[in-house]
Parts: sequence; C-alpha cells; structure tokens
Amino acid sequence: MAAADLRTYTYDVVVIGAGGAGLRAAIEASAHRGEAKVALVCKSLLGKAHTVMAEGGAAAALATVMKEDNWRVHFRDTMRGGKMHNNWRMAQIHAQEAPDRINELEAWGALFDRTPDGRINQRPFGGHTYSRLAHVGDRTGLEMIRVLQDKAVHSNIDVHMECTIVRLFVSGGRVAGALGYFRETGRFVLFRAGAIVLATGGIGKGWQITSNSWEYTGDGHALAYDAGAELLDMEFVQFHPTGMVWPPSVRGILVTEGVRGEGGVLKNSSGERFMFRYMPDMFKGDFADTEAEADAWVKGDRTKNRRPPELLTRDVVSKAINREIAEGRGSPHGGVFLDIASKQNADYIKKKLPSMYHQFKELAHVDITKDAMEIGPTTHYVMGGIKVDAETQEATVPGLFAAGEVGGGMHGANRLGGNSLSDLLVFGRRAGLHAAEAAKRGSPPHISDSEVDVTMQEALAPFERAGGENPFAVQSALQAVMQRHAGIIRDQLGLETALAELDKLKIRALETEVTGSREYNPGWHTALDLRSLLIVSEATARAALARTESRGAHTRSDYPDSDERQAREQIVIKKDGARMTVRHESQPPIPADLAKLIKEGS
Amino acid sequence: MSEQRRVRLFRGTRERGELKEYAVAAGEGMVVLDAVHAIQAEQAPDLAVRWNCKAGKCGSCSAEINGKPRLLCMTRMSDYPPDETITVTPMKAFPVIKDLVTDVSWNYEVNKRIPAFQPRAADFPDGSWRMYQYEVERPQEFRKCIECFLCQDVCHVLRTHEKHSAFMGPAMLVRAAVYEMHPLDEADRREHLRHEGGIGYCNITKCCTEVCPESITITDNAIIPLKERLVDAYFDPLAALWRKLTG
Repeated sequence: MAAADLRTYTYDVVVIGAGGAGLRAAIEASAHRGEAKVALVCKSLLGKAHTVMAEGGAAAALATVMKEDNWRVHFRDTMRGGKMHNNWRMAQIHAQEAPDRINELEAWGALFDRTPDGRINQRPFGGHTYSRLAHVGDRTGLEMIRVLQDKAVHSNIDVHMECTIVRLFVSGGRVAGALGYFRETGRFVLFRAGAIVLATGGIGKGWQITSNSWEYTGDGHALAYDAGAELLDMEFVQFHPTGMVWPPSVRGILVTEGVRGEGGVLKNSSGERFMFRYMPDMFKGDFADTEAEADAWVKGDRTKNRRPPELLTRDVVSKAINREIAEGRGSPHGGVFLDIASKQNADYIKKKLPSMYHQFKELAHVDITKDAMEIGPTTHYVMGGIKVDAETQEATVPGLFAAGEVGGGMHGANRLGGNSLSDLLVFGRRAGLHAAEAAKRGSPPHISDSEVDVTMQEALAPFERAGGENPFAVQSALQAVMQRHAGIIRDQLGLETALAELDKLKIRALETEVTGSREYNPGWHTALDLRSLLIVSEATARAALARTESRGAHTRSDYPDSDERQAREQIVIKKDGARMTVRHESQPPIPADLAKLIKEGS
Repeated sequence: MSEQRRVRLFRGTRERGELKEYAVAAGEGMVVLDAVHAIQAEQAPDLAVRWNCKAGKCGSCSAEINGKPRLLCMTRMSDYPPDETITVTPMKAFPVIKDLVTDVSWNYEVNKRIPAFQPRAADFPDGSWRMYQYEVERPQEFRKCIECFLCQDVCHVLRTHEKHSAFMGPAMLVRAAVYEMHPLDEADRREHLRHEGGIGYCNITKCCTEVCPESITITDNAIIPLKERLVDAYFDPLAALWRKLTG
C-alpha cells in the first residue's frame, strides 16, 4: 500500500464520536491538560450526531420543581427501571453528578425552559418518581449538542469531520491508535494516540424499524471487540414504545415520551386506556389506579395523586403495546393510539411539543392538537456495551475508554427516559478526564506498518470484486433477520435461526462489490459498516440466547418470568481468535445501605 | 398504492457533472429523501447524499428541489404533480463535493470566529443564575436552528455574489443572535458583526426567513435587531458627537 495514501496524526487523546458523550469527553480532556492535543473524530458533520434527536430532556435531581427529589430517589428509580441489573456504582455516580453537569451546561450557555421563579424547569417522565427532566420544549438534545459544540470549538480541539474509524490498534497490551477514512476523499488516516475514547453511540441500524440513523451501526462496540475488549449486556436492546407507524416511509421515527409526560394517553382500537391492565408487581402502588386519579395528576395535583400508568418504564409500555397489537386491538396501520388532543389544549401542545406537532403535520398529515397519533415500538437504544470501570470508564484494554450509549452497565436491563442525556454528560466528562490522565502514561506504542497496510487492503477489497453482492441488499437482509428473530419477543429457536442466518450473511458481506470511486461513496461506506453490524448483531443474539429469563427489555417467550438468580448475572462477550465467546459473570453485590434504599425508598 | 415517478439527480463533482434521470416507485407518504435512497440502494450505490435523522431535526439532507432550497426528508413526493419530473441538485452557494453533497466547512470556520459566550458573574454563591421564561424565549427561537444552511444557500449575497469572505450569512447571524440576546451574556459582538461579519451586506429581502425549515423569523427577529444594535453604537449622531468631544 502506498504510504502516500495515508495521513498520520499524533494526539494525546482521540475521541471517536461527536454526540454529547464525545463532545463532553473532548472538552474535558482538553481542559484537563491545557497542553494536551485532543482530536474529535465524527462520522457525520459536527453537530449532526444522534444526540440532536433526543427530545424529552435530561434527568437530574435538581429538585427545582419537586423539592422532595434528590440523588437517592434518582438512583432508586434508575435501579428499579433497570430491573436491578445495573452496575450499581455507575447508577450512583450518575445520580449524584447529573445535577452538576446540567448546571454546568447552563454556565456554558444552555437555555433550558424555566420555572416561574427562574430556575431550570423539570418535566415528568417514565419511571421517574418526581418531575426530573431538564428540557427545552421537545428539542433538548439539539440544545445540548449546540452548547457542547460551541464550547468545543472554542476549546483547543482538532475536529475531523466525516471520518469513519475502521480499526483500533493495540500494541504491547495498550491502545496505540486508530485507522479511518475520510468520506469526502476516501483516503485513509492514522491517528496515533495512547488514549482513545469511544463515544460512537448505538447499534439500532441492525433492525428494520428503528429510530436510529445510518451511523448507528455499532462501530464502537465492534472496534472495541476486535481490539480484545469485553462487551456486556448486549441482549438488552430498548424498543421505545412510541415510534411513528404511518406512512411507511417514516416508520420508526421517534415520538418523544414527553407526549406522555405532558399528559398523552395510550388507547387501543376500542378506545380503552389499556395501560391500567399492565401494572408490574414492582410498581404496584406507585401509579394511579383510575383514569380520574391519573387525570388529576396531569392537571397538576401531584401530591395527592399518583402518576398515570402511561409513565411506566419503556420496557413495560412497549410490551403492553406489542400485546394489544398482537391480540387484535391495534390501530389501522398496526400501532396503537397516542392521544394528547383530548387532554391538553392546542396552544399548550404547540408550546410544549412543537417539533412533534411539526413532525406529524409535515410527515403524516396529522394535527396532534386535534387527532390521536398512531404509534408502535421502535428500536431505540442499546443498554449493553463495552465493559468499563465505573469510576474511570476505562475498558478492559488499557488506554481504551467508552462513554455514552457505547458504554455498558449503567442502565441495566432497561434505561429510563432522560437518563441517556445525563449519562453522556456524567460519563463523557469522566472518560475525557481519565483519558487525559492515561495519556500521561507515555507516548503511544508503535503501530506496525504491516498491520496498517493489511487494514487498508481489507477496506479496499470491495472495489476489487466484480459481480459481487450489493452492500445495501446485505444490510437490509441483516435488518430483516434481527427484526424477526431478535425483536421485542424472543425464543431459543428464533435466536438460533438468527445466528445461522448471520453466519450466511457474514459470507455475503465478504462478497460485497462496490462500484465507482473512493470519493464519497455510500455503497462502500455501507459495505464497511456491515462488519460492525454483523459483530453487534451476533453479540446481541448470543447474549439473548444465553439469558434464559425475561428481564427489562429482554423478553423470552420460552422463559417468560424473571429469575432472581440471574438478576445480577451479566453475559460477557469477548473475541477469542475468530470465535465469539460468551460467559456469565456475577456482578458485585449492591452495598447494604444502597440495597436498603432501593427496597424501602428514601 | 405505489406509482412510478421520474426523478432527475445531479451526478458529478466540482469539475463536471450532469443531471441523470431515474425511475422510482413512490409509495404513500414518501419523501424525496426516500426516493434518493431507493435509487441509491437499487440503481446507483455510489450516489452521494448526506442524511441522519430523517425527521427534520439534524439539517443534514439540505439540497435544492426544482431549484428551491429544501430538506429532502421533509419534502413529500406528493407535493409535486405525479407527471412532473422532480429535479434534485446540490446547494448552489457551496462547492460540490460529489452528487448532492456540498462542502459546507466554510460555515464551521465562520462560526468558530464568533466571539464565545461569556456569562455574567453568578447571581448566587452556589454559582447559579436566575433567568425567566420570557427572557429565554427570544434566544430559544434561534437555538431551533438545525444548521441546514438553507438560508445561507438562498441568500443572494452568498449565492449570487459569492461574498463568503465578507459576509457571515443569515445562519451565522442567527448564531450570533443567540448569544447577543442571551440573558446572561456579556460579550460584545458588535465590532465583529460590523467588520468581519459584514452584517451591512444584508438588505433584508427575507429570503432566508422563507426557506427556514424551523420557521425561525431570521430577518425580523435576529438580523434587524442586530443591525439596530450597531446603529445605536456606531451611527447615533449624539453618541458620535459625544465620542468626538470626549476623544
């Protein structure tokens, strides 16, 4: 391979991914060591990452709306929402540090909606005991990414846009660098760095119905796996209860949980508010029993009344919707109804949910101030990810860090809405801080020319083939497999079928053909992304097969109940030669004081 | 349900290119981005187009449909008569990279030079401030900006006269307006707006406001108030006299 084809940079810290977690990590790394050279690499243009689509808000126990709130309640909600499977220490750090991270954003220019006394306003959300989500209408993610983006461009950070990383290098047991290509030119770039933060988000592009964009192909999960790091909890994929279902071209696009937070109700084809029938034992007594009580809560009387059951955790609501549809009580286009028009007036809806109003009006010709929306579950978020140290976010490979969705453990078996935006701030900061510390361990280890050459040759191989497969066709076949066999409801036979099908797809992926030049060639990009998608899909299917119980977002029709013995067991995935290995690992027990807090409340 | 539509796409690079016509089956509710993706998946895998959210929230899929700056994901095929060929071309105000993708890096460079947010000292010892909803609503309108750069594309100062070196364009004026009208901000951007930003080039034709997919009232709410601030600072005759007298 011609060395002239390769640009090389050397940095102290390289952050891969420029959503909220990546931006926050890069800001921290550059602030922590004024002299540190920090690079931020993004697959798209800066400011377009998936954080921009987050709508409802960021969860933090600021107690500006309900003074009863504090980190202990937030911690308890997070653990219960995660079905006790969370890494307790991450859940604790998250609950304790989230308020500082939100206040810090305000100091950097964020304009959150206000309370009457001029503080940050907070809205109710699924699974949160108190009104806890700092928000800006229904475009909170946009606000956060813009604030972080402007903070980052005024920090000393080199931004490499539209650059996709295809491989990490590990040398002498330490991270040494990363190889990628620029989309515009198709030319390769080698980043030498002794500390790398992965902040690449999720894996949702592995399913047909998804709220995720083209970028969400599990790159970070796959890069870490290939580098020898461990993945955990990959069976826990969140299906958000409310995605658009009609028209077909918008199927899967997110409808914020904020609609329910602001009083929206779920109804089936006979007009029944069915969520009252789906109360899990764990939450009995925490939610309203009657429509009258739920309505009184929505109207603002929140001390004497309990929350509506529509605000149960996402795993519960998704499964309820799934069952209503399966049992023939769905809407005309295969969803159920989400109705806010009958609960709030038009002005309120337009003010609190402006982008939902706009989205339905433009894309579905539905006026949500007058009519109900048709919605159904959509693949949204992966709780599983790279196994990291709770304090430092360092993976099992020294020098490698992970933050945000690509990190694992924090959310357990189900993530609460709003906990992602706060997660990426809390752990983005910690990852950046500790990556900057790790960079002090010495200059990056040597990367052999031959490893770089082989990687570039592999990446260019699709151009050499003639008469091969269309990469878009292979991707779409993979999505069909995962949708069918690794969706909301799973069983042994389906998961085994998925693994067999994925084996065939691996061969097809190696036979993809790409035509045209290397310049901005989406066919080529899709062919390269297939490698990541296949790894994360296999990891999900293998972990789902290994977890012989139903818990949170993972539901097995052949093991419909939760098994307490598996509550704190994690499925850990690791590469061994060419083989994907699966093992069970027990998490350390929850300390007695925190266990008591979860059990009894604070 | 589906009907055959004809779509003409610009295929090529900065140096050379042509409009190529494709046939595509258009289903109910299909947007132009879906048509572009269908062509990409089945007929032209190397067709370059940017996209991310597909819901009008990220501002990636900006291009021109029949010559008008639009987001491809928010424009329905059914908005055009069935027998009409829909023509999609890249934004004209920026250099083409390939097909529908343009080089928008200039915008990022301009943004970097806008003086950063600089909050006043905290109102309380705990480092916090108080802001009221009526105060934040004004800059919140500008924060709706999704950086699609369609307003830059339509602005004749950039599109026709190519004054990129002298004028920051409506999108970046909106960006400056966020901070200028931020209740906590104390930085002074007037000098920057006047000289490097070239705000005087804007002759308030409001084309930018018309194309904004977020319905930001760019001209009336962002640019004109910024112009007024400059007038107050630099062109007030009494102030000018005072400056002269006091040196």
